Amino acid sequence: MINDDQVVPLLTVRGLTKSFAGVQALKGVDLEILPGEVHCVLGQNGAGKSTLIKTLSGVNQPDAGEIIWRGEPISISDPVAALELGIATMYQELDVVDGLSIAENIFLGHEHARGGITQRRKTARQAQQIMARLGHGSLSVNREVSSLSAANKQIVSMARALSHDTRLIVMDEPSAVLDSEEVKNLFRVVRELTAAGIAVIYISHRLEEIRQIGDRITVIKDGRTMATNLSVAETPTQDLIRLMTGRTVENVFPAAQPLAPDAPVVLSVKELGLRGVFEDVSFDVRAGEIVGLAGLVGSGRSEIIETVYGARKATSGSVSIGGRAITTGSVRAGVHAGMGLSPEERKSQGLILDEPVYRNVTLATFTRWARGGFLNERAERSAARTQLEALELRPADPDRPARTLSGGNQQKILLARWLVHGTRVLLLDEPTRGVDVGARAEIYSLIRDLAAQGAAIVVISSEIEEVLGLSDRVLVVAEGRVIHTTDASEIDEHGVLDLVMKGSAA
Amino acid sequence: MSEQNPAAVATDEYHISGGLPPEEHRQNPLSRILGGSAGRSIGLIIALVALFLVGTITAGDRFANVENVLTIVRFASITGVISIGMTFVITAGGIDLSVGSVMGLATVVATLSWIQDFASDTNWIVMVVIALAVGAGAGLINGIVIAYGNVVAFIATLAMLVAARGLAEVLANRTTQIVKVQGFLDFFRSDILGIPILIWIFVLVVVAGWFLLNRTTFGRRTVAIGGNLEAARLAGIKVKRHIMYLYVLAGLTAGIAGVMMLGRTTAGTSTHGTLYELDAIAAVVVGGTLLVGGRGTIMGTVLGVLIFSTLTNVFTQNNLSTSVQAIAKGAIIVVAVLLQQRFAARAARKK
Repeated sequence: MINDDQVVPLLTVRGLTKSFAGVQALKGVDLEILPGEVHCVLGQNGAGKSTLIKTLSGVNQPDAGEIIWRGEPISISDPVAALELGIATMYQELDVVDGLSIAENIFLGHEHARGGITQRRKTARQAQQIMARLGHGSLSVNREVSSLSAANKQIVSMARALSHDTRLIVMDEPSAVLDSEEVKNLFRVVRELTAAGIAVIYISHRLEEIRQIGDRITVIKDGRTMATNLSVAETPTQDLIRLMTGRTVENVFPAAQPLAPDAPVVLSVKELGLRGVFEDVSFDVRAGEIVGLAGLVGSGRSEIIETVYGARKATSGSVSIGGRAITTGSVRAGVHAGMGLSPEERKSQGLILDEPVYRNVTLATFTRWARGGFLNERAERSAARTQLEALELRPADPDRPARTLSGGNQQKILLARWLVHGTRVLLLDEPTRGVDVGARAEIYSLIRDLAAQGAAIVVISSEIEEVLGLSDRVLVVAEGRVIHTTDASEIDEHGVLDLVMKGSAA
Repeated sequence: MSEQNPAAVATDEYHISGGLPPEEHRQNPLSRILGGSAGRSIGLIIALVALFLVGTITAGDRFANVENVLTIVRFASITGVISIGMTFVITAGGIDLSVGSVMGLATVVATLSWIQDFASDTNWIVMVVIALAVGAGAGLINGIVIAYGNVVAFIATLAMLVAARGLAEVLANRTTQIVKVQGFLDFFRSDILGIPILIWIFVLVVVAGWFLLNRTTFGRRTVAIGGNLEAARLAGIKVKRHIMYLYVLAGLTAGIAGVMMLGRTTAGTSTHGTLYELDAIAAVVVGGTLLVGGRGTIMGTVLGVLIFSTLTNVFTQNNLSTSVQAIAKGAIIVVAVLLQQRFAARAARKK
């Protein structure tokens, strides 16, 4: 639909700069959005994408630079002003209110009311129309949002964006919480929006998604636009990665090492079950082996490793490490036996964000150096530092609050936690969620190195490509059952999805 | 919360993108101190100094003498001890509303006539042990109900507040029980180096509390649970058991405060400690401990308690009514927290 030069850009941004307390987050960003296009903004974490979004949505005020909206220079003084212009933002963290209904969420902040009394029927009717437009007319708009899946919450968030007279929707990593089926639906909705002339700024770390949905690309690095208006169809991935990182990444996934034929079984799971969630799960992981669990969100894959770890109490079956059965339902027993979990939600389940990095590293082990209950922080810090240097944490400062590190480096903190502990079995749930392309390759090779050093590793990811690329062996999980086990080299993404679909239908 | 300020966002962006050399993070000693816990307390120190100035100006020598300063600290000591226990509970993300009435109950049980008789026959320490046991016991019940019964701390300790007060009334039959054990009375009337026993107890509890929070595994677990309970659990920390211990600790400090109250008033009654829980919570929060958990400061709590007791003293010296005091107290809570956020934000910006 973008075929000539006469189209007036919906939004033009020129030379945008913004600094916070002397730190320049944006050093000159240019961007041009045409009506009805999906414009992808690429960049590593910290490149300035979030600041750019916040400037467009009126949260931040730029220091310098021009914003031209439909041919006129404007300033966006606050979020309400942005909405009035027709710029709506869907933030990465789902910003819906759990305790309210779908309809109430959609019209949050601009309720239909007369004299302070809400007009429930009108609200419901209009909410229903918007949901129908998004292909979710079957959901009752009176349903409480807390009962919805992450995917449906996102639809509600999008419906809210559309409840204004919106011409541009900014989507910040909308696919991060979705599995591949849900992403397909998201794309369908995005295509319908663009067909109606609405422009979308789409931000994602997943290049293959951008290939599917995007029209043009702008790449940002260190607060500056590196390249703009690249055609999605004609720009090779390698070029994109080079623009984003400033270096060339040859292979994202490290080569698998052949497993020693006599490698001992370290983790053995037998007929494990959790009533109502999954049942009859059995698998072994040998020293040096990476086993991946592939499946959709809700297939039970996270619950399986949480149960193996002891964070949930199994209703049947057993888990043993190095031939010794361990008490199920006790994290402490699991940790003691040599297991470590890097949980699905890094921030809410893994880290104490305001505590220093080193205390996050030693969270499972700080008693080791303590004497008579008194801490030995010097020893803790130096143990953490040694491990973090080995993992090349950046910045390499163990006293910095964990909150200030990027996703990839936060992931390294969690790895370091278990390496300090001397863990033999690593359970990694979504190890690269929210981690940018450059850092991903680094995390992958770290995981492969750990396996090479003899760790038994279990990996879960929503991205099937990641599971296949990283693992030696793959278990396909659907509806709480392992439906297929195979060498990672003998199956592709299609094969996994086929199995998952069949398994779910059965 | 201070994390939400733009400065914090900015540091985020910077560090992630560039990777700041670690040297720049190391600062000169002064700014490190200002950025640390002392920096967070600086607003409190200013407030305390200001109160002393006001006291000196308005009441002159009646205020500014050693005797009166000791009075201020002695006045602060009982709420102070409770506030130390409260600091732990709040740092872990909990709350204990029952400490005041548990303290009252402890004074009543320790002064029951048969216990006093027994103490007279053996040793006055018996009364102390009984009071501490009552406090810790009530705390244990709170802890079990909260940690293992999964009852919200606010509700569980509210129930204990009501029940302990009722039990104290039943036991005391709504009378005031005079302490007759001579050894006990003598001990609490004495002083060491001219400083009253109550203050010594307060100082001991503060020092022990500081070590416990900042230098021990117990303290580390407390901060970890308050900072992120789920992360602590998944790292293998026995979260439930620790939460239970925290309420035992809070109850124990209520028991200690009960003993101190007996020493000061020489009587046990069910009305002792009424509303002390609110004074303690106010002192803790004013001191800079986050109500949502994850950060606690013993020094801040001590300063918070001292600010309130100095305020009371200044007002009393100037013959102002307790009602006016209450209004000022309310204002102080808001102003102190506002100031503190300012300084915390500034410290964060410097980093």
